[in-house]
Amino acid sequence: MNTTVRSIPDRLRSPFEQRLKSWESLLLLVAIAIFVANSFASPYFLNAWNLSDATFNFTEKAMIAFAMALLIISGEIDLSVAAIIALASTAMGAAVQMGVGTPGLVFIGLSVGLLCGAFNGILVTGMGLPSIVVTIGTMSLFRGISFIVLGDQAYGGYPASFSYFGQGYVWWVISFEFVLFAIIAVIYAVLLRKANFGRAVYAIGNNPTGAMFSGIRVQRVKFILFLLTGLMSGIAAVCLTARLGSTRPSIATGWELEIVTMVVLGGVSILGGSGTIVGVVIAAFVMGLVTFGLGLLNVPGIVMSIVIGGLLIGVIALPRLWTMWRSR
Amino acid sequence: MQRRTFTKLTAGLSLAASLFGTTAMAQDDMRIAIVVKALGIGFFEAAAEGAEEAAAELGGVEIIYTGPTDTTAEGQIEVINALIAQNVDAIAVSANDTDALVPTLKRAMQRGITVISWDSGVAEDGRQVHLNPSSNALIGNMIIKLAADHLPDGGDVAVLSATTTSTNQNIWIEEMNKVMGNYPGINVVGTVYGDDLADKSYREAQGLMQSYPDLDAIIAPTSVGIVAAAQAVADAGKIGEVNVTGLGLPSEMAGAIESGASQSFAIWNPIDLGYSATMIAHALASGAATAEPGAEISIGRVGTITLDETNSAAMADPFVYDASNIEQFKSIF
Repeated sequence: MNTTVRSIPDRLRSPFEQRLKSWESLLLLVAIAIFVANSFASPYFLNAWNLSDATFNFTEKAMIAFAMALLIISGEIDLSVAAIIALASTAMGAAVQMGVGTPGLVFIGLSVGLLCGAFNGILVTGMGLPSIVVTIGTMSLFRGISFIVLGDQAYGGYPASFSYFGQGYVWWVISFEFVLFAIIAVIYAVLLRKANFGRAVYAIGNNPTGAMFSGIRVQRVKFILFLLTGLMSGIAAVCLTARLGSTRPSIATGWELEIVTMVVLGGVSILGGSGTIVGVVIAAFVMGLVTFGLGLLNVPGIVMSIVIGGLLIGVIALPRLWTMWRSR
Repeated sequence: MQRRTFTKLTAGLSLAASLFGTTAMAQDDMRIAIVVKALGIGFFEAAAEGAEEAAAELGGVEIIYTGPTDTTAEGQIEVINALIAQNVDAIAVSANDTDALVPTLKRAMQRGITVISWDSGVAEDGRQVHLNPSSNALIGNMIIKLAADHLPDGGDVAVLSATTTSTNQNIWIEEMNKVMGNYPGINVVGTVYGDDLADKSYREAQGLMQSYPDLDAIIAPTSVGIVAAAQAVADAGKIGEVNVTGLGLPSEMAGAIESGASQSFAIWNPIDLGYSATMIAHALASGAATAEPGAEISIGRVGTITLDETNSAAMADPFVYDASNIEQFKSIF
């Protein structure tokens, strides 16, 4: 199905890997350039609290992006993540109306995320359906349920202790969400790079048949990846709901594409088989800094989308242009 | 590798330079941010027009018109965070969610930023003042007045509402019934419910015309119902006999006004709304007015508002749209 040249993942000497390494340093330079540009462009940028506020623009999305990165590396995709947030948030909102406390709410949020992930996973791995089609379907399904339950209404009345997950600060300007984001990043980085599971993800993405003959249980690994993506969506739903203190069916609209953008910007090949968590982390910062910096200049959100879109196309086109330029 | 990195870096820096160059340096002006539910909605573009009008009238005011691309609370929070960071003087927001913006807006107020909501409100502790486009009493009076104005000798009117449990519509009809004494000769012969569905509203309107052959007007205080009723009247060939009125959107009602199925209808005027919100934000931020129950705040050409015990106020009567102004507004919202 894939005509691109794929080297066997011999990590150390593979030119592909080398390119990836330089890609991350390049991305880091872009991030630094954006940071510098922002500090010049707006006198309000270099302020600890303002920067702390800016992290909320990407922390929740990035949590999902880590799991999505693994899924995309394995050659699958989940476009229903934002809809899972909506459904998990709606379930938590309904639970609040029944008087469920904070621990119960977190449990419900994460469980709904896991269940949705399992549902996607069963359809894709159990029935062998293409994940892009399945998750476009469940995207409408999950959010549709939220719309049926809520209509134009909203759930509110979340307990005060629950708001810590979205509005709490661990120390000075360091928010709970940011700490969670950092911890999850480390877990995923280790999982992908050091664990057998991570090696299996790369192997599947590069050559599913080969991976199967190497004794990797391809479908099981993929199922776990869908579960993880669902779970991360559940975690993001807890954070976002706690931050907003309110649930509407339109919650997190359009996030699935921002998350995929973040993953691809981070250097993960949309065709699967390559990518790192470090890249996704830097991409999260790049996207957060760009939107916040442009926000400070009161650039309309539509223009911001254009900038992000341009950035993404640039990212995909650059390696191709690079090889074309080199082979000349 | 070296070369590529260098190019990218220079690109980044030149971006910095271009951004720096375009930043407006009018920092001495009072900066009032108009935050809307989402950009690209005609209603809010018109409100921004009104805000600019107020700014021109006041002088020394810079309007920052902004909002998210989707009507989500989290999108508005991102926008408001950026405004807080810039330390604008005032934020006037039409909220996507009553409660979700409260923590962010509280922080804005702690930093000395004037915060008001307009059109779609924020919970009381998240803003200083809320400006409603109108009030239930004014709307209740307006819908019957619209019918009565075209019936100088009195007549029979019927109401086509949304659902039996629609809070807004029920309150408006209740308010309408309170002022019926001011309109002698007008009889409300019945109330039916179209459930805010186009086809059901259409059938209910047809039913009204069959049940009451002498019906002179249908009042539909819902934007779905009024369009369906106008269509039913036109299809029944009763244009000129039955006047459809109530609350509707100019873009959807333009055809009915042209055909004569509706003489006039009402809804808020977004231009006046943006204008008034700017006037209030300016008055509060400059210290000319204080946000406290009973306070009277002048809103320029629109009049004066009086804050109630929740620091909310009603701007004015709903604005009447008819053949004289429908052309101007039908492209707006």
